[in-house]
Amino acid sequence: MNYLKKHKFDFTIIFAFAIFVAYSLYFQFNPGIEIFEHNFWDFLKEMLIALPIMFVIIGLFDVWVSKEKVQKHIGESSGIKGILLVMLLAFVQVGPLYAAFPVAYILKKKGTSSVNIFIYLSAFTMAKAPLLTFEIGFLGLKFSILRLLLSIPVFVLLGIIMGKYFDKHKCTIKDV
Amino acid sequence: MIYIIILTALLTLVSFIFDKKKTLKGIKKGAKQFINILPTLLSVIILISVVLYFISDDVLTEYLGSEAGITAYFSAGAIGAVAIMPGFIAYPLAGILVKSGVSLSVIAVFITTLKMVGIMTIPIEKRYFGLQISLMRNALSFVGALIVGIAMALILNYL
Repeated sequence: MNYLKKHKFDFTIIFAFAIFVAYSLYFQFNPGIEIFEHNFWDFLKEMLIALPIMFVIIGLFDVWVSKEKVQKHIGESSGIKGILLVMLLAFVQVGPLYAAFPVAYILKKKGTSSVNIFIYLSAFTMAKAPLLTFEIGFLGLKFSILRLLLSIPVFVLLGIIMGKYFDKHKCTIKDV
Repeated sequence: MIYIIILTALLTLVSFIFDKKKTLKGIKKGAKQFINILPTLLSVIILISVVLYFISDDVLTEYLGSEAGITAYFSAGAIGAVAIMPGFIAYPLAGILVKSGVSLSVIAVFITTLKMVGIMTIPIEKRYFGLQISLMRNALSFVGALIVGIAMALILNYL
């Protein structure tokens, strides 16, 4: 019951969309069919593959990796080494940005510094290895290298600003 | 993608061999989080699917093409901030746009905002970070993406 209540808005949208799709399929309403078959289906596939994997890894990370280890390597006083480590962590991952939020939660819970959390989020959006191969293929090596070189200082700076603000205002990352 | 799936399966197996109880506890924790965020994820991808329908390749070429002039950069930033696309859709699309006459520097602004800013996913982000931090991160990322995009535009055009 609580679950339904918490997601009242979400279920309204899901319900409306289900009706819209059923209607579109029944009356052969093309825009509706296209939205469902092209866009929605692609996203659903991506979500249903990438996210369960992410959550299994998060769960295992939670039970196996100690707080002390995380704190030591990417915690408050980890410095440049910590920054490089979170970037490397982001580099090897796949999935959309929203898959990074639960990872950010577990990293924070284990003692990662706020600055590193936000650097991780930016790095996750900009520098994932599997996507880079795509980018190089379609837009060229020069484009990719230039974009990466320019992005890194920007997202380190962004991470520092966000992290400092986050700590100063005693913000937290919530368990959903 | 496939190697990540295999790696995860292996990790889970190794974990299971070492400690059955711990592994099940971990997977249960992960599954619980997944189920809790699932409705929000679904409603967000529904909204994104509908919005993307209106941002077709033709519309993009019109707003980002050379005829649009300097406003192409602003359109690229705005569309990139609102739209969400997986990389395997975004990069082929960017390739098509370049072929149909959109300049690489406009594409740079589009790709950077597309990746760094996610206005449509704020409903998910705010469940973790709260509304204020989510808005701030997106706003700052938008500025950051514009800086990267404009710097790339300058370098690509004048070097």
